[in-house]
Amino acid sequence: MKYTIVVYESESDFSARADAKRKDAYWGAYKAYTQALTEAGVMAGGAGLQPPPTGTTVRQRNGKRQVQDGPFAEAKEQVGGFYVIDVPNLDKALEWAARCPAASSAGVEVRPNLSM
Amino acid sequence: MSHEAAELAARASYGKLVAYLATWSRDVAAAEDALGDAFLEAVDTWPRTGVPGRPEAWLLTVARRRLIDGARHAKVEDVAAAALRLVMDRAEHEASAKNVFPDERLKLLFVCAHPAIDPAARTPLMLQTVLGLDAARIASAFLVSPAAIGQQLVRVKAKIRDAGIVFEVPGRDELPSRLEPVLEAIYAAYGSGWEDVAGADPRRQGLAEEAIWLGRLVTRLLPDEPEAEGLVALMLHCEARREARRDSDGNYVPLTMQDVSRWSRTMLEEAEARLSAASSANTPGRFQLEAAIQSVHARRAATGRTDWEAIALLYEGLIRLAPTVGARVGQAAALAEARGAQAGLEALGAIPPETISAYQPYWALSAHLLKGLGRNTEAAAAYARAIGLSTDSALRRFLAAQSPTI
Repeated sequence: MKYTIVVYESESDFSARADAKRKDAYWGAYKAYTQALTEAGVMAGGAGLQPPPTGTTVRQRNGKRQVQDGPFAEAKEQVGGFYVIDVPNLDKALEWAARCPAASSAGVEVRPNLSM
Repeated sequence: MSHEAAELAARASYGKLVAYLATWSRDVAAAEDALGDAFLEAVDTWPRTGVPGRPEAWLLTVARRRLIDGARHAKVEDVAAAALRLVMDRAEHEASAKNVFPDERLKLLFVCAHPAIDPAARTPLMLQTVLGLDAARIASAFLVSPAAIGQQLVRVKAKIRDAGIVFEVPGRDELPSRLEPVLEAIYAAYGSGWEDVAGADPRRQGLAEEAIWLGRLVTRLLPDEPEAEGLVALMLHCEARREARRDSDGNYVPLTMQDVSRWSRTMLEEAEARLSAASSANTPGRFQLEAAIQSVHARRAATGRTDWEAIALLYEGLIRLAPTVGARVGQAAALAEARGAQAGLEALGAIPPETISAYQPYWALSAHLLKGLGRNTEAAAAYARAIGLSTDSALRRFLAAQSPTI
């Protein structure tokens, strides 16, 4: 069964990506996590995303288009990426989610994928 | 009364009341509901009338009334309801005559870990019925969804009632085999047995104290059981090192590097006393062996060294009882310390590969040994694997710092 682990990150997490002191630990942890998922044979996809200010939100209302700079909603924690994993059940998905570096900082959300 | 003391008193009361009501009604869920109602009524009434002289007896009377009403509502056959009333009356009479009511928690513990109950449900069931923990807390400790665990507990309680699982303490001949799952369920609450290799702090899971409390309860209600004493000794040994497991900056400190002055002397003394009492029975078991391993580690506080051959031998005994991946990795670690990294790697190599793909301690040890042998490329890959499988940021930092730069 496929689950998506939605990775939420704080501003401090996002800034760690380019911080000279913290970036090695940040990228090292994600690289290791991604590799562990792959080698355990559960990785089914995913992507890391550029920081929230690079986002653009589009809404279509009454035939009119609204385009707005920034993420969909203002929030302290924003989506930083996602992993799609293929595991037998929710318990296994939660086990993998707990290992995601973001679980120890902002948090991750696990949702079963719709089968389409 | 401090907050902690009040919580402990409430916990003791809750479990005793549920156990008592469930033993007589043979329905755990109904007993909990009835007690829940009684607590609500107490919250409502006591501020006005004052706390009754014997609060437990008061709660028991209200809960009992609810149970009998409930039985009537559920259209239980009149005969059954009458029988229930009769036994409750008799029990209450006995209780008031002696000013106490019997402690039935041991029976409840045996029901929770009954062979007919799904092993995965035993610990949550015990935590909820004996300690009154809520589903959210249990779910966080075991990394499962609160909704799923709630449903599972409802199903299990229905099974206890419908299958007519008996509330009793097993007879002497059956006791060892029935006690084992009780102890295992308690140990599962304590956390992974592999804290020292995996480096996870059981305190983060929040149930270490509860598990030790349950373990002590078993040794009090069922004295002279070597494995029960062994379990408490094991948990106390691990708990004694809690403070030493992180330095003042929150960094992970492996067992062999821990500052022994930060180990809790009182807990270690109790652990040693319990273990030596247990071993006088001369019936070794899994928990006594695991406690003995921790006891060898603890001796470093007095001697300044660790007898790794002794530890490897104790692991050999554990593997003979049950060849778990945890015991095998533990033995490999001991062999590496005693006879060198190559010996440790050979022991790791003999572990079936399908059991280790997501087992963090295997990769952490493997990385450490490969680095010791100067096989840096392989070591770095194993460190990455161990980091990717860690759930603790302090441990990730520690491993990253250990990893060789290629």
